[in-house]
This record gives sequence, structure tokens and C-alpha cells, in this order.
Amino acid sequence: MDLRLSEEYETFRQDVASFLETNRQDAPTPDDRGLKHPKRIAWQKRLIENGLAARTIPAEYGGYGATPDILKSRIIAEEFARTGLPKGSANQGVSMLVPTLLELGTEAQKQAYIKPTLHGEMIWCQGYSEPGAGSDLASLTTHAHIDGDDYVINGQKIWTSTAKQADMIFCLVRTEPDAKKHHGISYLIFSMDTPGIEVRPLVDMTMMANFNEVFFTDVRVPRSQIVGKPGAGWQVANATLTHERGMLGDPNAAKARLLEIAALMQTETINGERLIDNPGFRDRLIALQARVYAMQANGLRVMTSQLQAESAGMAGLIVKLQGCELNHELARLAIDAMGEFGLLYGQDTPYLRDFGLWQQRYMYDLGLIIGGGTAQIQKNIIAERGLGMPREPKPAVA
Amino acid sequence: MEFALSDDQKMFQSSIQGYLNENAPLDQIRAAANGNQDVMAQLKTGLLELGLAHILVPDTHGGLGLGLLDSILVQEALGRVVAPYDFTALALAITGLRLAGSERQQTEWFSELISGDVEFGVALTEHVGAREQAGVVSSEAGLSGKSLFVLNAAAATHFMVCDRQGGLYIVARNAAGLSLNMLDTIDRTRNFCELVFDHTPAIHLSAEDETGTAANQMVAIGRLLLAADTLGASQTMLDKAVAYAGERKQFNRLIGSFQSVKHLCAEMAAQIEPARSLIWHTAYLLDEQSDEANLMVCLAKSHLAEIGTHIARTATEVHGGMGFTDLLGLHYWFKRIGANRQLLGSPETVRSEAARLQGWV
Repeated sequence: MDLRLSEEYETFRQDVASFLETNRQDAPTPDDRGLKHPKRIAWQKRLIENGLAARTIPAEYGGYGATPDILKSRIIAEEFARTGLPKGSANQGVSMLVPTLLELGTEAQKQAYIKPTLHGEMIWCQGYSEPGAGSDLASLTTHAHIDGDDYVINGQKIWTSTAKQADMIFCLVRTEPDAKKHHGISYLIFSMDTPGIEVRPLVDMTMMANFNEVFFTDVRVPRSQIVGKPGAGWQVANATLTHERGMLGDPNAAKARLLEIAALMQTETINGERLIDNPGFRDRLIALQARVYAMQANGLRVMTSQLQAESAGMAGLIVKLQGCELNHELARLAIDAMGEFGLLYGQDTPYLRDFGLWQQRYMYDLGLIIGGGTAQIQKNIIAERGLGMPREPKPAVA
Repeated sequence: MEFALSDDQKMFQSSIQGYLNENAPLDQIRAAANGNQDVMAQLKTGLLELGLAHILVPDTHGGLGLGLLDSILVQEALGRVVAPYDFTALALAITGLRLAGSERQQTEWFSELISGDVEFGVALTEHVGAREQAGVVSSEAGLSGKSLFVLNAAAATHFMVCDRQGGLYIVARNAAGLSLNMLDTIDRTRNFCELVFDHTPAIHLSAEDETGTAANQMVAIGRLLLAADTLGASQTMLDKAVAYAGERKQFNRLIGSFQSVKHLCAEMAAQIEPARSLIWHTAYLLDEQSDEANLMVCLAKSHLAEIGTHIARTATEVHGGMGFTDLLGLHYWFKRIGANRQLLGSPETVRSEAARLQGWV
């Protein structure tokens, strides 16, 4: 056990910190709305140029081209968390599609898509879930048949975030109707401008259309737009689901939130008394602080396993479940601490604190507990793979 | 940068665990809980032979001079079998001697601790919080007053006593003016007492630069070890729940195949793993004498108390009616976790302290 960093890494941390300090005035704020807001694109570009985003993606594909170094990635994450500045874009294109293409895409696909995706100029959405295929994703029924050089797609997707803004979609469709359910799926990537695609916003409890329904009617996509082999889409998608689950429980994000709440509770007052002086709020804050620190230490353990090329085992399996729940509870404390001010909701309403982010997070994070593999599915995985408990017996075939 | 146990540490823990699995099965725990002193004495001899007293004693005094990371591994192993042996008291006595004892005192007492000829009870409760006018005052005529929930009461040949100023004293069990009242608690795997002092002769550990430093460190280390004990006990409760759910059938199915049962187990596992990481991290920071160590101790103590309590009840519930009986003995783990929760500061007490340490009060 040795948590000291060598001089190389201490220097690296100082470099990151001083970069963030000198550039902080150019960082986008939550008020700079829109995925392609010029400030966001410029910020992302500057982060990549300085090795703080897309760090290990080869330069030929628009990344920074550094050799993977888990410690440096961690230092970067920690410095963003410490300063509260927005880290490099982690949208679904960057975090899910790019790793997939790097691993399984053709050279032409890599050349065409990775760079604009990293630079925030090409937005992706994910076409996985369907009305009848949620936790049981492999039962999806959106299908494609081959007609000449094209796949022709029909069906419907749901829970598609950023489908309205997206230029492209990575999508699971059933191409081999006679194969078993996990072996009949292909992974296709295509433009959202393709004729036959209709996007209907799906307003959620945040009252924003964070998600959409996407309908496909005879959508023609060239056969070259497949990633991996026909029928191998389930394996292709599973590679990216792992990336998504890792991303959803990021302990540094929780640490950043904890610091924000501590600051909020030290500045906000009721009857002239700071919120932190209320013993009830203070007790909750510290109970959550313990959980945040536990998840951070757990992150160190997972990282050490990665450095040693070993499986993190149970310490890794629990990250999504615990991390998302923790984030949700942090938001709940912030709202409770704000009291009536925590009810305010609307961009221009007076007395709004922190742009209304806590209110939005409290609701949106409930979505994250459900999405990306529900908490219940996570518990099945922990119990069956982690604890070796017996699987649910399959119902007898009628 | 490495956040993992070394191979030596893993081997050390597994040899202790192996010994305990062999020598402290449930019937022995039961015997000890029913007051069988021989069982406890035998276990103590075996554990000292494995080097438990050597861990924290400096190498200049015949020990190994290791740190808390090694100590928590021992305490976790003991917690796993709810061993009737108070390693926490041993570790605290060594800490007191190490930080407040003179060179001569260290030479004298460390060798007897290692040989097992001397065993310490530890009176530290009032340094965290005093009730019923408890507290010990020292004067030229000796110690007076009382101390509650003294650790390791039954086997102690001597007591290490903290007075109201935080000063540390050694008192012989048979000292004049000392009376001892056993306090029967829910946790029969360890034992506690009240000590009443009436001008009791005592040896002052007087080598501290500032009185109270050693006692404060003893509180911190005690809290961490109690948390590690809860970690071990919780892990066993989860393991037992998983094993039981994999054997017990109802409705022609293993109950572990029901999601309602499976999810209870998953929740326990999801709590234990980060808690284990928190304990390791805290031990490391204490060993490194980090400024953050005391805060982390408070977080670890309170957090393990909370998850331990949850796991103790949930694992019992997974066992259904059997979990509630004395037959399985699960209650020994349940009660040990319950005792660890209150000793040296309840979760609320310790969280208030965490707030003070961060300038939030």
C-alpha cells in the first residue's frame, strides 16, 4: 500500500492544475446551453490539445495520442473535480462509440467518425432500448433486412437521449431473425438525417425532453455501416455497456458534489443561521461524506487492479449501483438544505441557487439509477456473478 | 502508487484466519461466551505465538514495528469469527506505552506483553464521553474516581487508565483501593467492567510532550480497530446468509434464487466492499501520520457502524426464523457489531467530531 505519487506524477498534477487555473475563464457554464455551443466546442478542443480530454486516443484519429496511463487519467479527473470545472466531453459518442470503433471498427469508420465525435462536432445517440426490450435488451425487435447493398430498418427505439441534436446513431437491430435472440443482432451506425427516421421528444419528470422515441420506417442504410460481423452486435454492444457502467458511478463526480454541498451549506442561511449549523443537516452531510470517501477509496482499489491487469472483482461490480444511489442522495440533501428554495424550478426564476442544478440532478439521477442497467439488474449481477448465488429458474416452456 | 495489500500482508492475514477457523469454531465461542476462561486463555496463547503482540511493538523492543494496516487485518480476522480475544485492548495498551511510556517503562512492559505474562485492560471511555460523573482524577495520593466500559476486563492483570486530563497510568489489578464491577453486555465474546478507584496507586506514563496526545491517538486507533472488527463480522454474516440461501429450499426452490433474497445479499455486498476500501485507506493515512487521518477515522468508525448494523439485521433476516435462534449462533455476530457501534463513540458522536475537525461547527 503506497498512495504517494512519484515526482513525475506530482509535476503532472501541478501542470494540470495550472492549466485549469489559467484557462478557467473560458470554461462553459451550465448557462451555455446546447451541445454544440461554441464555448463547449472550443473548450473541448483546448482540452484535447492539452491532453486533458481524448487523452489516449491516437492523434491520427483526433485524440491527444498519449500512451494509456491510468494514474494520469485519474489525476486529471481529480483536478477537474477539485476545481469544479467541466471535464472533457463524456457524451455517448465519446464514451461508448469511440472505444467501440477503436476496437472493432474498420479503418474507414475510424477515419470518418472518431475525430469529429471527439471534437464535439458530431453528436451521437444510442439506439438500444425499445418499448418491449428494456432490462431484457436482447429481446429487441427492431429489424433490418438486406435489399441490394442496403439494410432496410423498421421498428422503434426509446430512451434515446440527444436524438434531436444527434447527427448519428449507433443502433442495435435484429438482422438474423432465425438465430437465437443473442445471436441475431447487428450493430449499425448511420446518419439521423436518413429518410424514414422520426424523432418524438419524450418529456421526463425534469420537464425536459432528455430522451426521445425514435421511429424507423424503411430506413435504408448501406451494408458497410455495420460494426463487427452480422449477428455479432450483442458482443459489440456489451463492450460499450461496460464503458457506460464505469462512467455512471464516477467517484470523483460524487466528491465534487459533496464539496459543492458543503459550500452551499456554509453560505446559505435561515434566520441568520448557516445551514451547516443545523445539527441534522450536518449529520447527514458527514454520513454522506463517509460514503463518498468510501467510494473514492474503492476507486483507488479498482484502479490498482487495472494497473495490475487483474479483475477488480466485487469492488468493480458494485460501482454503478452504489455510485448512482450516492449521487441521488447527495442531490436530495442539497434540496432539503435549501428548503423552499429547493422547490424553485425554472431558468429565470428569482432566488434560484446553482442554476437549479440540484433540483434537476435529483430527478435526472433517479433516471440514472434506472438507466444503464437498472439497480435491480445490477443487484442480480452482484448476487449471481459476485456472490455466486443461484440464478432464477427459467419458467417452464408452455 | 498501489492501493492493495502486499503479498506478505495477505499471507499474514490468511495464516491468522486459518488459525482462528481451526481454533475458534462456534462451540468454542459459545463456551467463552458462557464464561469458560480456559478457552480464552488457550486462544490467547496461540494468537500471541502467531505474533499478535509483535505487530505494534517497536523493533527496538523485540517487536516487528509494523503499522495499523497490519493491525486491521488481524482485527478483521478476529471479527470474522467473533473471537473471544480483545486485540483492540492489546493494541491500545501498546500504543499508550509507545507514545507516553519512558524508555525504561517500554523496556519493562513490552517484553511482558509479548510473552503474555501481562495483559492489559484499557480504561479510555471517558476520554470520549463521560456519564454518571465517571472520570478519573490523579493526585499524589493515587487515582480516584471511576471509569466505565473498561475493555478486556476479565483477563487483565493490569489496566491502562486515562485520567480526565488525558494522562495515562498503569494500575495493577490487585492494587489497593481498586474495585472492579463486571458489566454484563449483549456482547459476551468480549467483556467489560467498571473500575472504581479510591486513592489507588498507579504508575504514570510521563514521557509525553503534551498530555493527552497519546490518549487521543489511542481513541483514533481504537475506533479504527472496532470498525475493522465490524468489517470482519459483517463479512461473515453476509457469507453465512449467502450460504444459507444456497441450501434452504422453499416452494421447491433454493431461496437464494428468489430476487427478494438475492437483492438483500447484493445490497450487503455493495456496502461491504467500499467500506473495506475505506478501512484500508484510513489505516494507511494513520500509518503515514496524514493530517487527514483523524477525519478519516471518524468517517470509517461511523460508516462501519451504519453498514454493520444494516448487515447484522439483514443477514439475520435472510436466515428466516433460524437466524433468530440461538442454534445458529448468528446473534454473537449481531451483538458484536452492535457493541462496536457504541464503543468509543456512537456514529452521531463521531460524526459531530468529524464536523469539528473540518471547521464546520
